[in-house]
Amino acid sequence: MNDAPPVAAGFDVQAIRAQFPILKEQVRGKPLVFLDSAASAQKPRAVIEAMVHAMEHQYANVHRGLHWMSERTTEAFESCRDAAARFLNAGSRDEIVLTRNSTEGINLVAHSYGRGVMTPGQAVVISEMEHHSNIVPWQMLRDAHGIELRIAKVTDAGELDMDAFAALLADGKVGLVAITHMSNVLGSYTPAERIVRLAHEAGAKVLFDGSQAAVHRRVDVQALDADFYVFTGHKLYGPTGIGVLYGKAALLDRMPPFLGGGDMISTVSFERSEWARVPHKFEAGTPPILEGIGLKAAIEWVERIGFPAMESHERALTDHALARLSAIEGVTVIGRAQDRGGVVSFTLDRAHAHDVATLLDRQGIAVRAGHHCAEPLMRRFGLDSTARASFGVYTTRSEIDALAEALTRVRTFFR
Amino acid sequence: MSEAFEELRDLYQEVILDHGRHPRNFRRLDGALHAKGDNPMCGDKVEVWLKLGAGERIEDAAFQGRGCAISIASASLMTEVLRGKTKDQARSLADAFRTLARTGACPVCGEVHAEDMERLQPLSGVAEYPSRVKCATLAWHAMEAALKGEGSATTE
Repeated sequence: MNDAPPVAAGFDVQAIRAQFPILKEQVRGKPLVFLDSAASAQKPRAVIEAMVHAMEHQYANVHRGLHWMSERTTEAFESCRDAAARFLNAGSRDEIVLTRNSTEGINLVAHSYGRGVMTPGQAVVISEMEHHSNIVPWQMLRDAHGIELRIAKVTDAGELDMDAFAALLADGKVGLVAITHMSNVLGSYTPAERIVRLAHEAGAKVLFDGSQAAVHRRVDVQALDADFYVFTGHKLYGPTGIGVLYGKAALLDRMPPFLGGGDMISTVSFERSEWARVPHKFEAGTPPILEGIGLKAAIEWVERIGFPAMESHERALTDHALARLSAIEGVTVIGRAQDRGGVVSFTLDRAHAHDVATLLDRQGIAVRAGHHCAEPLMRRFGLDSTARASFGVYTTRSEIDALAEALTRVRTFFR
Repeated sequence: MSEAFEELRDLYQEVILDHGRHPRNFRRLDGALHAKGDNPMCGDKVEVWLKLGAGERIEDAAFQGRGCAISIASASLMTEVLRGKTKDQARSLADAFRTLARTGACPVCGEVHAEDMERLQPLSGVAEYPSRVKCATLAWHAMEAALKGEGSATTE
């Protein structure tokens, strides 16, 4: 491919692509142009091999077997916790709860912090640009526990309206701010440091939905002073079925368990049970062992490339995509945030987003179309749906050129 | 159109583009059977009106809605082929069309609905896209709900 020179020293996108077996696949007789990484990213060989290796050589249930295989598997699985703690710069590995995905992490906080620590009459603040996974758990908390739900506005540019946000905190009733760190539709980052500062000044804790942000930018939960932070493995080049909830130890200690079962108790009798210590208190049942091993491999793989290189590569791609798409007559890019990651949503004047996605697929290009599990945000911008191109570490400049050319053909086709 | 469009054309045939751009019978009907159709997965919405005439045959069919070219074209073509059908014939045709949309063909449908199925044949390409089949069948679900006297239908 004819790509621009690497954007960062030592960053070679072709060498990276060579590590993703699936990128050699063809779709409809054309090389796969995969621009749907924000939905789920492809997996490098290091992740695939770590999981296969575990299944072929080192697998048993964890935390209970007194035999060699179980001990070794427990070590391998638990080292995922260390990797995640390092990845987020958590103060301790005990502040890392392994979940199924971001959605489960948010539900855990909504249940155990929301019902267990917050009191009726308090409020939760979310924003207009949340994924449904960061809306519905709070509606459930509102209805079950008498918690008010407040919605922070988004500007026409697709940025969090910080004046409106501050106003929502003014009466001191807000117990928790649960907000995205990067929109899966607009690509906008939220100003995490300012959000935390304002929230803490108002006596509120902060949960970040880092499903998108943690893939594109180095996250330091201690520097941010975040109270909770969730992300999911499968968007970070890891497997599905594994996610991470970071919580400050003092908060996790105060929270009752989420799910009950094996692994999350210290003793059980028919009269009562005692909970295991944090974080195991929140990990009922056999955990996603292979997925944890895969996530550890993914984190180490990402760390080897390094966020500075990844972020500048993706920033260059995003700028290129914004320039190319904006130059096509009839294309409207939704969201013009200054600080943004590798996600670009757009509409085409002559065709519905679903037709656009299907016609791009005919040309071998995978994008997502629809409401992106963010219906309230669609309504905020007066839309039913958009098409969305999203980029990963393996995305190339020429793939974005292919998108622009294909999109031009689609528009001509719908003349 | 040039060769570059061949790969687009086999799914989006001229009939679909034409009906998507210029839907026929895109209006309301007063005093008619009516139902709404809703595809919550993609936000497509359609309303269908059916006016019955002599012998309980469909005298007029109309629709309004918004959605992708496939859902609009399918609704538009449906309003054309429904005219003159009895309720039973309309239901039978809906079954035939769903088979066509899901599988790309309906070998046995031709015996009863030869002419109509030929009109609807351009929509058969959606069978390749399971997620788009619902776009094509949305108006048909709404039509059947209207016949049953139900106010709404959903593809879920």
